[in-house]
Amino acid sequence: MAEKLHFELVSPEKLLMSSDVDMVVVPGVEGDFGVLINHAPVVSTLRVGILEVHSGDAPDRILVRGGFAEVNPQGLTVLAEEAMPLSEVNREALEAQLKNAEEDVSDARDDDQLAKATKVRDRLVEILGVLDLAA
Amino acid sequence: MANLKDLRNRITSVQSTQKITKAMKMVAASKLRRAQEAAEAARPYAERMENVLASLASSMIGQVGGPKLLAGTGKDDIHLVVVATSERGLCGGFNTNIVKGARAKIASLIKDGKDVKIVTIGKKGAASLKRDYGSRIIKHFDMSHVRRLAYGDAGPITDYLLASFEAGEFDVCTLFYAKFQSALTQIVTEQQMIPAAFDADNIVDLGGAAYDYEPDETEILEALLPRNLGVQIFRSLLENAASEQGSRMTAMDSATRNAGDMIDALRTTYNRTRQAVITNELIEIISGAEAL
Repeated sequence: MAEKLHFELVSPEKLLMSSDVDMVVVPGVEGDFGVLINHAPVVSTLRVGILEVHSGDAPDRILVRGGFAEVNPQGLTVLAEEAMPLSEVNREALEAQLKNAEEDVSDARDDDQLAKATKVRDRLVEILGVLDLAA
Repeated sequence: MANLKDLRNRITSVQSTQKITKAMKMVAASKLRRAQEAAEAARPYAERMENVLASLASSMIGQVGGPKLLAGTGKDDIHLVVVATSERGLCGGFNTNIVKGARAKIASLIKDGKDVKIVTIGKKGAASLKRDYGSRIIKHFDMSHVRRLAYGDAGPITDYLLASFEAGEFDVCTLFYAKFQSALTQIVTEQQMIPAAFDADNIVDLGGAAYDYEPDETEILEALLPRNLGVQIFRSLLENAASEQGSRMTAMDSATRNAGDMIDALRTTYNRTRQAVITNELIEIISGAEAL
């Protein structure tokens, strides 16, 4: 495979990755799909899941949450609201956060606080769910 | 004639002011660098987002029943003006310019008989708009607790705007902020957020192929438009932060220079006065000696 796919991973805060790779497996809402060079143009929203970047040896696995992927003739762009390499995800820390978040939910005094705490908790639950699947 | 002690005190006081403005300039310069980096790092996301939305939107144009965030409510009666300013002063014309731009817009909207509501971000703009349009301000967002702007900080603002748009509290939303160009120039920018407006130039040429949408177009648009609002707000806050520091740096630089000029002038007066006093004393001694 001579030609490579141009892949960019962007979060609202910065450009996380920009390189030429062999294949990327994207966790779309309607199922995972692999993107190779000369893929037909697609726009798909993402679910919480693992993005796999294949380039040479073992694939890089990146946890993404929220956002969408766009394939056009220039390559693949993934816009993720949150993205972190799976190797950097610390399960214990996340579980500790989840525990805190659950306490916040039960301690919430008004609707505002409750909504905020629930949001934090749901996010952690989603991420942990994905980790369970990946393990 | 000013006496010597007064002059000496003036000089010391101007000198200490100069020290402060100099330190503020230095702090602003280092903060500016960080703010500028953050603003630049956020650009790719916002640009890509706009590209995708622009091509999606262009395929939706003319279709009935598109999402309200894109098509609008079909009315143009109630305008919401969001004014983003800084939490602190001493940054030259930064806040004044943004408020001036917003004020002009508000005045012309009121003249056209529209109902105007105002949302303020940052204390400074709120304080100066309160005088004339206090009754129109419906919400204020305090950003003083934010040290380093993260995407999450734009969340509450976005949520509030979306909720009140859903509730039909306004038809058109415009955001005012200062776009960062350089430390010397910041451009006050007026951006229409709802209904979303796009540049047709941004559409990516697909070479004849059409996008496949997963799920379908409407659903994607409905998911993306609120997100886009958040991204745009986040971006404008970042631009604002960079502009504020740039503006402060320039203002403090000229303040330092002015203080320097003032010290020079005061020192000249001081030396002259001192010389005059000495001459006076000499004349008194000499004429006293001559009289004997």
